[in-house]
Amino acid sequence: MVSIAEADTEDLSRESRQRAVRRFATSDAVFKNLTRGAAILVLVVLAGVAFSLVTGSFLAFKTFGLGFLTTESWNPVKENFGALAPIYGTIVTSIIAMVFAVPIGIGIAIFLTETCPRPLRRPIGIAVELLAGIPSIIYGIWGLFVFSPFLQRTLQPFLIDTFHGIPFLSSLFAGPPYGIGVLTAGLILAIMVLPFITSIARDVFATVPAVLKESAYGLGMTTWEVTTKIVIPYTRVALIGGIMLGLGRALGETMAVTFVIGNAHRITPSLLAPGTTISASIANEFTEATGDLYTSSLIALGLVLFVITFIVLAIARLMLAQMKKKAGG
Amino acid sequence: MNALLKISAKAALAGAAAMAMVSFAQAADISGAGATFPYPIYAKWADAYKKNTGVGLNYQSIGSGGGIKQIEARTVTFGATDKPLGGEELEKNGLVQFPTVMGGIVPVINVEGVKPGELVLDGETLAKIFMGEITQWNDEAIAKLNPDAKLPDAAIAVVHRSDGSGTTFNFTYYLGEVSSDWSDKIGVNTSVEWPVGIGAKGNEGVAANVGQTANSIGYVEYAYALQNKMTYADMINKDGQKVAPESAAFAAAAEGADWSSQPGFGVILANQPGAKSWPMTAATFILMHEEPDSAEDSAAALKFFEWAYAEGDDMAQTLDYIPMPDAVVEKVEQEWAKIQSDGKAVYAPSK
Repeated sequence: MVSIAEADTEDLSRESRQRAVRRFATSDAVFKNLTRGAAILVLVVLAGVAFSLVTGSFLAFKTFGLGFLTTESWNPVKENFGALAPIYGTIVTSIIAMVFAVPIGIGIAIFLTETCPRPLRRPIGIAVELLAGIPSIIYGIWGLFVFSPFLQRTLQPFLIDTFHGIPFLSSLFAGPPYGIGVLTAGLILAIMVLPFITSIARDVFATVPAVLKESAYGLGMTTWEVTTKIVIPYTRVALIGGIMLGLGRALGETMAVTFVIGNAHRITPSLLAPGTTISASIANEFTEATGDLYTSSLIALGLVLFVITFIVLAIARLMLAQMKKKAGG
Repeated sequence: MNALLKISAKAALAGAAAMAMVSFAQAADISGAGATFPYPIYAKWADAYKKNTGVGLNYQSIGSGGGIKQIEARTVTFGATDKPLGGEELEKNGLVQFPTVMGGIVPVINVEGVKPGELVLDGETLAKIFMGEITQWNDEAIAKLNPDAKLPDAAIAVVHRSDGSGTTFNFTYYLGEVSSDWSDKIGVNTSVEWPVGIGAKGNEGVAANVGQTANSIGYVEYAYALQNKMTYADMINKDGQKVAPESAAFAAAAEGADWSSQPGFGVILANQPGAKSWPMTAATFILMHEEPDSAEDSAAALKFFEWAYAEGDDMAQTLDYIPMPDAVVEKVEQEWAKIQSDGKAVYAPSK
């Protein structure tokens, strides 16, 4: 009796073990397929977006050819559309944003990780991260009602007066001071991308092994030398990743830019003059675009932005690959 | 068993109630989409109408262009547009068009030392300012019209709409009427290629930009100028008379109009004759299918508009819109006979 019972339980336990193993196998398979499905979904969505942009913009490219990319005129009355002014505005505002945001963002990160007194680290870090949590429409409203009038009274007249009569610079900062314009949009974008660059830079700076820094200090390096020769080279891959993330946001930012850029389809040498960007043009005009060609031209603008973002990412990859090669050799 | 019965009875009741609510909501809502300019009055009418009849209106103010697209795609019962469609376009899509209310477009300025009504402009000068041909406030053309005003020696900052807009359509239509230069070089549309100035989104955007940019000029719907207490400019009208933007001046412009002259009442009230007519007056329009998918929905919408024409005049006036004259309403309601299902009009107005 006893032995039978024992054999039973042994059988039972083997069976339940097998069942457990089978259960693990199925749950593993389900998990694997779920994650794979999630990854494939991204590709499907990306392909879908690309496909609809291409088909949607077909009419515009058929009508204007590649001239669409090199024409400044954007005339809904005569249905003559060119993307040059929005492309120019997108690139110029993003460059202005990066010129300000990259050094400041990295500066904040270095301060926070290297020289900041401990009790201040958390408050400053949280304050920077809070900047990232502000919705872009708030930046737009603040930019229009507070920041632009401030610039109109202070910075812009100063720039116009200072560079008056100096070739090139005088046309770069030509009046009248509207308050809003390309420069204002670039500055707002700089504030918006700052938290991205700062928090990524801070996180990667924190990964530098203490032993590396300490041996550098031990060799008699200054903080400046440690930062530029040890910390930044050690983290450059992730750092460039963070900068590209910021640049991606600057290229595509819509609402805040629409409020402060002045929305004029013109290319002017002056940074104080109104301009437009690709995403601002689409946001402004899409709802009221009547006629197939107008709509198609706006979708074509979207395609151009898609391609620009792709090129930026490709350049970033290329730069990283070359840096790795250089570091290796 | 008893308890189970009770539960299932409760569930059935709840289900029935839910279904009743769903069908009630479906029957109740008239769906429409389009122009932003009449949105405040449509919302006010809808509110009062719901209180009276229990029938609600779901109006999405997505813009005139969007309204036209939505009605053509038959996703809404009516579309709304500030830019009237021409006869050909109406016929092609099988649409009926009629006006609901009117409003005025006002040039607003922000010039130091100039109070409301102290500056007067004519159409030609206004066109030249928005073309960038007049760039200074103390330009001879402006000074000649305003011998008494103190005009600053400052550059004019032009503010226009950046989004496509029925307001821009009516504004550019007027400038095209009074200036052949404008119609040749710039043209008339919901958005045009502006040679100068900064673009701002929506009436509120233009109002905000003019409000804070010194020496600026822009154009907004009358209600926005009034609500934001903006400095407006008076205009010289077609008869050479100086007029201030007021309800009476908009109504005067509407009075002289021959509404039957255009298919679908598509009359644009710019530059109308009459000593008291405000030159930039505009109506806003409704578009409906001649052969709707649902006769019931269309009938409900028409019933709403019949009520609005009859009872909504005071509400329109409190929001600074101009109601349609009774004679026009009568013709509009006759036009509704075109909206048919199985060869019969879907709705017969009670009058």
